[in-house]
Amino acid sequence: MKPAPFAYVRAQSVEHALDVLAEHGDDALVLAGGQSLVPMLNLRLVQPAVVLDINALRGLAAIDTDPASGALRIGTLVRHREIASHQTVAARAPLLHDAAPWIAHPAVRHRGTLGGSLALADPAAEWPACAVALDATIRLASRDGGERSVPASAFFQGLYQSERRADELLVGCDFAPPGDDAVFSFRELARRHGDYAAVGLALSARGRPGAWTAMRVVFFGVGDTPVQASACAAALIAGVDFPEAQARLEGELDPRPDLWFSAQAKRHLAVHLLREAWRDLGNPMAGE
Amino acid sequence: MSHDPGMPSTAGPRARTIGQPSARAEARRFATGTGAYVDDLPVHRLLHAAFLRSPVAHGTIVKLDLAPALRMDGVVAAWDGETLAAHCQPVRGVLAHLPAMQAALQWPLARGRVRWVGEPVAIVVAESRAIAEDAAQSIAFEWADLPPLVDPRAALEADAPRLHPELDSNLMFTATVATANVDQAFARAATVVELALRSERVTAMSLEPRGLLAQWDAAQRRLTVRMGTQVPWMMQAVFANVLGLDCDQVRVVAADTGGSFGSKIHCYGDESAVAVAAMLVGRPLRYVVDRLEAFVSDVHARGHEAIVRAAADADGRLTAFEVDDLCGAGPFSIYPRGSVNESRHVLGLTGACYRATEYRARIRVALQNKAIYGQYRGVGHPLACLFTEAAVDAVARRLGVDPLAFRRRNLVPDDAYPHRAPSGARFERLSLCACLDELARLMDYDRLRSDQRAPSVGREPGVYRGIGLAVFVENSNHSSSNYGRGGAPIASRDGATARLTQGGGIHCAIGLTDSGQGVTTAMAQIAADAIGVPLADVRVFMGDTEHTPVSGGNWGSRGTGISGEALWQAGLALRAQLLEAAAALHACSPEALDLVDGVVQRRDDASSLCTLKALAEAIYFRPERFPPGFRPEPAAQRHYAQTEYDGIYTNGASASWVEVDTRTGFVKVLGHWIVDDCGTVINPLLLDEQLRGAAVQGIGQALFEGCLYGTQGELRNATLADYLVPMAAEMPDIHVGHVATPTATSALGAKGGAEAGVTGALASVVNAINDALLPLDAHVLELPVTPERILRAIGALDRR
Repeated sequence: MKPAPFAYVRAQSVEHALDVLAEHGDDALVLAGGQSLVPMLNLRLVQPAVVLDINALRGLAAIDTDPASGALRIGTLVRHREIASHQTVAARAPLLHDAAPWIAHPAVRHRGTLGGSLALADPAAEWPACAVALDATIRLASRDGGERSVPASAFFQGLYQSERRADELLVGCDFAPPGDDAVFSFRELARRHGDYAAVGLALSARGRPGAWTAMRVVFFGVGDTPVQASACAAALIAGVDFPEAQARLEGELDPRPDLWFSAQAKRHLAVHLLREAWRDLGNPMAGE
Repeated sequence: MSHDPGMPSTAGPRARTIGQPSARAEARRFATGTGAYVDDLPVHRLLHAAFLRSPVAHGTIVKLDLAPALRMDGVVAAWDGETLAAHCQPVRGVLAHLPAMQAALQWPLARGRVRWVGEPVAIVVAESRAIAEDAAQSIAFEWADLPPLVDPRAALEADAPRLHPELDSNLMFTATVATANVDQAFARAATVVELALRSERVTAMSLEPRGLLAQWDAAQRRLTVRMGTQVPWMMQAVFANVLGLDCDQVRVVAADTGGSFGSKIHCYGDESAVAVAAMLVGRPLRYVVDRLEAFVSDVHARGHEAIVRAAADADGRLTAFEVDDLCGAGPFSIYPRGSVNESRHVLGLTGACYRATEYRARIRVALQNKAIYGQYRGVGHPLACLFTEAAVDAVARRLGVDPLAFRRRNLVPDDAYPHRAPSGARFERLSLCACLDELARLMDYDRLRSDQRAPSVGREPGVYRGIGLAVFVENSNHSSSNYGRGGAPIASRDGATARLTQGGGIHCAIGLTDSGQGVTTAMAQIAADAIGVPLADVRVFMGDTEHTPVSGGNWGSRGTGISGEALWQAGLALRAQLLEAAAALHACSPEALDLVDGVVQRRDDASSLCTLKALAEAIYFRPERFPPGFRPEPAAQRHYAQTEYDGIYTNGASASWVEVDTRTGFVKVLGHWIVDDCGTVINPLLLDEQLRGAAVQGIGQALFEGCLYGTQGELRNATLADYLVPMAAEMPDIHVGHVATPTATSALGAKGGAEAGVTGALASVVNAINDALLPLDAHVLELPVTPERILRAIGALDRR
């Protein structure tokens, strides 16, 4: 289980990294925390010509606030464990705080990064779904195109596929300040602690029970990307009974089966998570 | 925790460390990273091997061109099945005493056809593992697809294509047993249950994968193989057979071995190929299986489906069992043990703990295009237990009798031994009822039952709890009845040497191995008590065919019972010899002396005569101090084989307490209990941890593990991300208790304890889940019991 030969480049600066990506494009893969890339290399699932290590780029490892927008700005190299324990994240993006402990095991959380997870676009991972639920903005930089922003809901294009062009480096992710009436729920079902989700749910909403004004219901582990249950969310905002919202969800969710769960079972579990999340938001459930 | 292992009289007043929870002296090496596994051994001029393995389950080899690999820098040599065949012999995994068994010859590398995904096709030898892997990837390999035989049922159809043209069918083995009145028993029964059970293949997945370092000494014409193994002596014979050498030209040394669980007792093609290649290149050659390869090349186990029936009379007494078992055991029968032992345990042990006198069984083992198949901790015992105990619960449920009470009513009573089961299996002496009683006490059965039935305090609606019980037997201390009689080169007589060192300590040599379970310490305890020295003065050297007596190795819960008895006898002999020497030295009678804590004492007043250090000094450096003509003998060797029974059965009972969330199908194991009777307990700390570790593997198989194959015979979950081994966070506290019924076939009285933990766990977990699902009138009899299977069983997925 040795990787195929590759050239190793340790980026000295963001500019250096962007030069390497501009030169090698698809033939280069970025090494951040390495928690997915290194196994993929060793399994020879990927055989890049160049591995570009960005771990020396400390400027990409910060959590701060964008003075202009007030957004919480998390650098691409910020590790999962730092997100889990960071006071500002807990206050400004509680969904991330709640989701972080569900990512794998402590050893992985100490190395794995936000940017690496977003860029990999694994549909069973926690961060992509959270980014979509929070309407986050993903920042991409390239030598020739400068920096651009892509809303998370448009970023994830397919199984391990994203809007990131081969010459672009994902440099960070911005989370707009939550409104005063914002509430969140994070729920996940995994066979064992730390496994990828059988089904997971990242939900953000504004308003209060009986008077919701906005809602994003984002499932993961059910499709090729994080899956927004828009019809279900709209129904919940409209104030339908839960069974009606459940029917909407069942109608719009077409889960991809995995080794251990059929599409049917995943749909069933998604409904269960929605019910749990709905309760988390303080909504009364019939019969309770 | 307190232990009451119930020391037998044999060790008697001499028992000072036997029965004590001594910590493992050898653990310090492992905990501090100073162990020496195969991959750690420093070697000069080392070469590395890698394999090209078949990506398809069944195909004819059309082209296999090694030239691209041989052209690469750093590549030393490469062979395919044809070119290697000129230098080695094939093996055939049949046991001679089973005439109904058939298997094809197996070469180290595939010849002509590939028959499972992962079958080794070519070996590359290179200056580094990375180069070897690059080169293996470059080999031009083309094949023509053949229809894969994946389902064993389909493989046994009359018109199924034959997996091996030289065999007359795809039936590797079949056997039946029936008592005279079994049909009557079922016909007359007041209650008959019939269950269809299925268990997915699993694999042992030891922390350290298989590996070996082979060195050929051309000058002496001797091969030395250092490897992670349970059976150095068996492997000596295996390598000799494959390489066409005499046994004595081969030395096998067990390196530190990081877990084995039955996966390291076989002749694997890749290991044979490495040994052959090492001879041919004349340089040391190392190969360690990587995790991906382990999934497709280690033996798989426990892939069975069975129809089980049980009958009871109007008084609620079990009268008959019946089992029809089918196992798909891969394309070859693994040499030298064969791939049919699980099924033979099912035949021999289903229903065997109960008083039912009528029995019918049929077992069939089919050839198929899945990975090679063999032994895994407990072998067939956990399946026999699962089949039996699921059926027993079903009868109890049908009768409306509490499952604990039902078992008490029907178990073979503890005073009925020796006992012969309807299958013919012979039990020396079991304590089934005592173990079940102790289990009920340990788990507080009545309290759990009332907790289960209490209104769901603190429990979400839809969350149900269940209790599962299992009573089991587990064979140990095997005689030669299977392997020896079957012609497999696996010793059943073990030797042990104990000698006084020149420093006054004790050095023991045994052919056993330690895979991390701590048997080294248990052996030292046996020697310490037999001789009469402090535990710290004993050093135990193991697992080297050059420097230890012969041993069958460490499998089948035989190490402590067989090698331990040999060492006990060697220790007693050495003690007598040392007392004779001391008596000669001090002009008194040996009968007047005793050896206690390393000091020779006078029996009458317990006064010290001399230390062993002083005695050693006299023996080795001052021979003139002894009376003329007296020759002190400071070493003893003894051998032991158990010859009275096919094996000495251990027994026990286990219980699981689970919570099933019927909204999700997820299961949480809240508690697990084991009461085991393995006779004399040498080290309760090590034994309890063995029982716990084995229970974890059983719980893992019940809930998580499974080798998932696709329709084309491809293994779909060959990574540790997708093959769910049990992890600590999902495991409950596991409580252990003991009953001690020493075997009378040895002086030490020890039976095996290594496998008992897994044997009952499958059944108790499955029974607990089905107990929880009882209010929903649902059950799952397919392992692993996944959330999906539970949701389907309760109809939760019917609507959508």
